[in-house]
Amino acid sequence: MSLLPAALRRDRTAPPPPPRPGEVLARARELTVRLGPRPVLHDVDLDVTAGHVLALVGPNGAGKSTLLGALAGDVPAESGGIALAGAPLTTWTPRQLAMRRAVLPQSAPLAFPFTAGDVVRMGRAPWAGTPLADEDDAAVAEAMAVTETTGFADRPYPALSGGERARVALARVLAQRAALLLLDEPTAALDLHHQELVLRVCREQAAAGKAIVIVLHDLGLAAAHADRVAVLAAGRRTAYGAPADVLTADLLSEVYRHPVEVLPHPRTGHPLIHPLRDPTP
Amino acid sequence: MQRGQCAQSEEVPPGAAPTTPPPAGATRSRTHTLTRKTLLTLALTATLLAITLASTTTGAYHIPAPDILASTAHRAHLGGHPLPRVPESVLWDVRLPRLTLALLVGASLGCAGALMQGVFGNPLAEPGVIGISSGAAVGAVGSIALGLTFAGTWTVTVCAFAAGLLTVLLVYGLSRSAGRTEVVTLVLTGIAVNAFCGALIGLCVFYADNSQLTQITFWQLGSLAQATWPKVLAVLPCAAAGLLAAPFFARRLDLLALGERQAGHLGVDVERMRLTLVCVVALLTAAAVAVAGIVAFVGLVVPHLLRMAAGPGHRFLVPGSALGGALVLAAADLGARTLAVPAELPLGVITALLGSPFFFWLLRRTRARQGGWA
Repeated sequence: MSLLPAALRRDRTAPPPPPRPGEVLARARELTVRLGPRPVLHDVDLDVTAGHVLALVGPNGAGKSTLLGALAGDVPAESGGIALAGAPLTTWTPRQLAMRRAVLPQSAPLAFPFTAGDVVRMGRAPWAGTPLADEDDAAVAEAMAVTETTGFADRPYPALSGGERARVALARVLAQRAALLLLDEPTAALDLHHQELVLRVCREQAAAGKAIVIVLHDLGLAAAHADRVAVLAAGRRTAYGAPADVLTADLLSEVYRHPVEVLPHPRTGHPLIHPLRDPTP
Repeated sequence: MQRGQCAQSEEVPPGAAPTTPPPAGATRSRTHTLTRKTLLTLALTATLLAITLASTTTGAYHIPAPDILASTAHRAHLGGHPLPRVPESVLWDVRLPRLTLALLVGASLGCAGALMQGVFGNPLAEPGVIGISSGAAVGAVGSIALGLTFAGTWTVTVCAFAAGLLTVLLVYGLSRSAGRTEVVTLVLTGIAVNAFCGALIGLCVFYADNSQLTQITFWQLGSLAQATWPKVLAVLPCAAAGLLAAPFFARRLDLLALGERQAGHLGVDVERMRLTLVCVVALLTAAAVAVAGIVAFVGLVVPHLLRMAAGPGHRFLVPGSALGGALVLAAADLGARTLAVPAELPLGVITALLGSPFFFWLLRRTRARQGGWA
């Protein structure tokens, strides 16, 4: 039956093949999203490529989280659409989606006091009953090791600090071992060391062939770690490209409505982004 | 001690990152929890057997334990011998149907409580507290008051199920916002639903004749005193269906603790699961209410104690709560029969007397944890 969408023809529980380098895992075309009466995204085009870290930046209310939610399948498109692994997002079942993409939400509350280790193990749920379930223990151990959360595997999640929870939540997403990672501000609650750690983990995942979409507020982190940056403002994609091309003083000053200066780092050459401040009297 | 208090909520300094090899620790702790769950299951089963034996021997007419074993063996065609007419009848026509009913009702309530707390993502959800039991009771009382007999002995159960299902859907719809249920909304909705159902039951009482009145009063207090084998048969399908279906949702209930959206991201079809579980909860509650009336707090206390003892994982919690509920209700009914001899205390009164203070403590603890209701 060639009329059936590609997703429906596949075996429900068959694990997807690993992505090819440079494969477009998610593609948004003329995506328009309305939340209530308010249009939040207008005609956004975006390609998410295997092997790349794509940073979504922009001022508050620009639509970054909404775009991430739309890519995750949480927010329905009003017009335009999103394709995941070549098939429209709406044709996948929740289970098939979970085998292909993992989502880290902004906040991660938990209704019952599961331990951190239990929470990370929940990330393995999509693979229950498939041959990949054999990797459960290894995936959990590896995800906790790279996020430096192994030390509190036995502590109840609600008793952890904000920063510890954020890393445990990230470990859960990594343990899922999906090809596409959608991360909404994973660095918001973290100190300097752990911010760098998280971005380094993203880089390693991208190097291993995954595609990462990450919402960031810290432009310096985006400049230093992302392969591609998409700047959103008022629901539109204002700029897209390599960090050095996109993160310019003119563009950022206009988008953030605040004068910004951009200097090359004396050693690495990465753009350093700095808001202009009046000298104190 | 609360589990949360032993852990500090300070960030581990970067230098103090774990140095010991991780998998060994993780495995050890999981084996530890496993043995703990096995021990707990064994302890619960042993106590349940002890209570079963105590319930069958104790009462106005004492039957020694060896006689009970002999009579059971005889009925199962495994040797033994029948008892004289009176003890045989007391055992098989009075005590055993009552005990069986207590076990069924208790298991149903315990299991329904665990499922409900999981589905609502709220540790205070319980059929009695949020009004599902009252809703089912309206169905049961209404079918008695109107003299309905369309489904034979199952009529009361069917009506209790229909009314219970309607109430769960109502409470569920009213108490949720943005995929979550706040404690305050849930409890307030429960008050409103209980008040409304109380009024409906009051109406039925007002229009009932004398014989119906005795039957109805029964529902309001909660009791197993009228247990018979036909009653056991009347609720068995409901209770068995609910109890057998429940464990299949355990892993997905664990994921639901992350929130609906996150559970969806992990492949759970949340809408379908919620709807199915709401039906299962209605089945279990209806089974309990149709024969025993409103027996509150079993579904609250049992899952909580088990969660404290063995952690929140639903693969143990759901069947464990059924076992624990059966144990608690059999014990409470034994108390109801024997504490105030020759009178009999209503079962619902006993569970409420013990359960309400527990509920109160839970409320205070939940409030302290989240820093007020706001």
